[in-house]
Amino acid sequence: MEAGTASSGSGIHLPGMEIAKASKNRYEVMIGPAHPGSGHMRIFVEVDGDIMVKVDPDIGFVHRTMEKLAEGREWIQNIPLFERIAILDACNITLPYVRAVEKLLGIEAPERARYLRTLLCEINRVASHLYGMGIFGVFLGHSTLYMWAFGDREVFIDLAERLTGARLTHTYPVFGGVRRDIPDDFPEDARKATRYMRKRLNEYAKIFLNNPNIRSRLENVGVLTKNQAAELGLVGPNIRASGIRYDVRLNEPYEAYGDVDFEIPVFEEGDSLARAWARVEEVRQSLNIIDQVVTWLEKHPRENFMHEKFWKTAPKLYKDVYEGKISYSPKYRIKLMPIFASLKVPPGKSFARVEAGRGEIVYYVESNGDIFPYRVRVVSPSFRNVIAFKYVMPGHRLMDLPAIYGSFDYFPPAFDR
Amino acid sequence: MISLQDMIKEALGNNIIKIEDNKGYIDVVVPLEKLKESAIKVKQLGFDHVKSVTAVDYIQKKQFMVTYHISSYLNEELSRHVLGLSTFIDRDNPHIPSLATIWTSAEFQEREVYEFFGIIFDGHPDLRLLLLTPVVAALKPLRKDFVVKEDSINIEVDYAAYNATKWW
Repeated sequence: MEAGTASSGSGIHLPGMEIAKASKNRYEVMIGPAHPGSGHMRIFVEVDGDIMVKVDPDIGFVHRTMEKLAEGREWIQNIPLFERIAILDACNITLPYVRAVEKLLGIEAPERARYLRTLLCEINRVASHLYGMGIFGVFLGHSTLYMWAFGDREVFIDLAERLTGARLTHTYPVFGGVRRDIPDDFPEDARKATRYMRKRLNEYAKIFLNNPNIRSRLENVGVLTKNQAAELGLVGPNIRASGIRYDVRLNEPYEAYGDVDFEIPVFEEGDSLARAWARVEEVRQSLNIIDQVVTWLEKHPRENFMHEKFWKTAPKLYKDVYEGKISYSPKYRIKLMPIFASLKVPPGKSFARVEAGRGEIVYYVESNGDIFPYRVRVVSPSFRNVIAFKYVMPGHRLMDLPAIYGSFDYFPPAFDR
Repeated sequence: MISLQDMIKEALGNNIIKIEDNKGYIDVVVPLEKLKESAIKVKQLGFDHVKSVTAVDYIQKKQFMVTYHISSYLNEELSRHVLGLSTFIDRDNPHIPSLATIWTSAEFQEREVYEFFGIIFDGHPDLRLLLLTPVVAALKPLRKDFVVKEDSINIEVDYAAYNATKWW
């Protein structure tokens, strides 16, 4: 696997790609880790002519030892830590951790907090899908889609900022509720954003998904049958594009998903194009959910976004601002309830799952009654999707690699944790 | 309507050491030598994929607990539940039969547990390091006796030693 140079004649050296001879007529191509299309990972591909015969994803370039770090931090400090798994999907990524700890504490968030969490989860899902689509576009040389998707993603990041105060790492759901309520003029902005995005989605379909150039590269490429997808244990829109009707929001409704009305788009084809369509249709459903949740929040009084057990320990300033006795001013530094700093969680084991943008994310949390967790296990959606590269890519042409890679919406930092 | 616990009790028979309803999943503890047999039986019930493979280090008991969190995609009734198939293994001789041949979805997860805990999965088709470099993996970082050293916020400087290196 030594890097050859053009002058020595033993191999070919291209920027970002190293090619070495593996056996007779077979060459090993390394894509990444500094390749523009690979992200923070490397893919070993063995090619015969230009047909891939063996694909081995080599990952771990952005590993941050999160599971170990979590054992040395207080329960509340782990929320900002786990957000770094995928900052653009922060609410969905940390929500199962919060839920697993809430199960151990034996509390449940009040109704308003459940709606607020649902709201941010859906805003994150739209942003995450737009990000994935933008990267997918640039993989296929369609830079217009990249510009469009990243531009439109900004709308939803702005919404999240209005709601939480931060563009990406929101730390919004905390044990027992959420950090704050919506601003007064938020519903109007949210409706404006969803109206705009619905219109845009039709244009996306016109320029990208129904574009003959793109279709010829995606149709019947990387086909996964229903049984294969289940055997590999893939998650998210990837299995729904293969005909599996599985979504945690549907199968084990959490937060407010049991009360809102939405559909789970399921496709039968299982190819790259179906996976791209699944994302677009999911964005449409998310927009519907945002509208419903915002209407619910408007109709109901602004109270109880935090569980009573924690709310009664809140600083007076915090309460006064939220009860409307004094108006908020940036000079106040409103902090979280001090009880979180010395929170001890009763011993036990718990497990929680949530449908994040890229698919299901699961947490296994074990406590021995200390102020630190005894063990936290995170399995992110990309962790479970990466196995597809090994089993789906062989048999396709090397040219199809970006089309398959991009269609799985794989995000290396989410794998490596 | 037969409950899931009864269904599993019936399928696994006296392989079960303990079955309990934990928070968010049903935990089934089986002995190490019956793990593979139980996994095949559970798969026949319709649990078709592995969500997570976890190990927990109980350093005082000199044991590792290995848990396979499994569920179903194709059976909608089972997909509402998560089953934990757990076993305890000796900490000094960490060998466990691999279930990657039964569930392909466990393949990468077992590789990860192998490098972080040094647990060897016998019969795994491709047991290599996944995330870590060989140097770090040799330390078995997720075991409890590996302690993360944290830097002090106070910089400790030995001025005498420092001054001795200077001509003044």
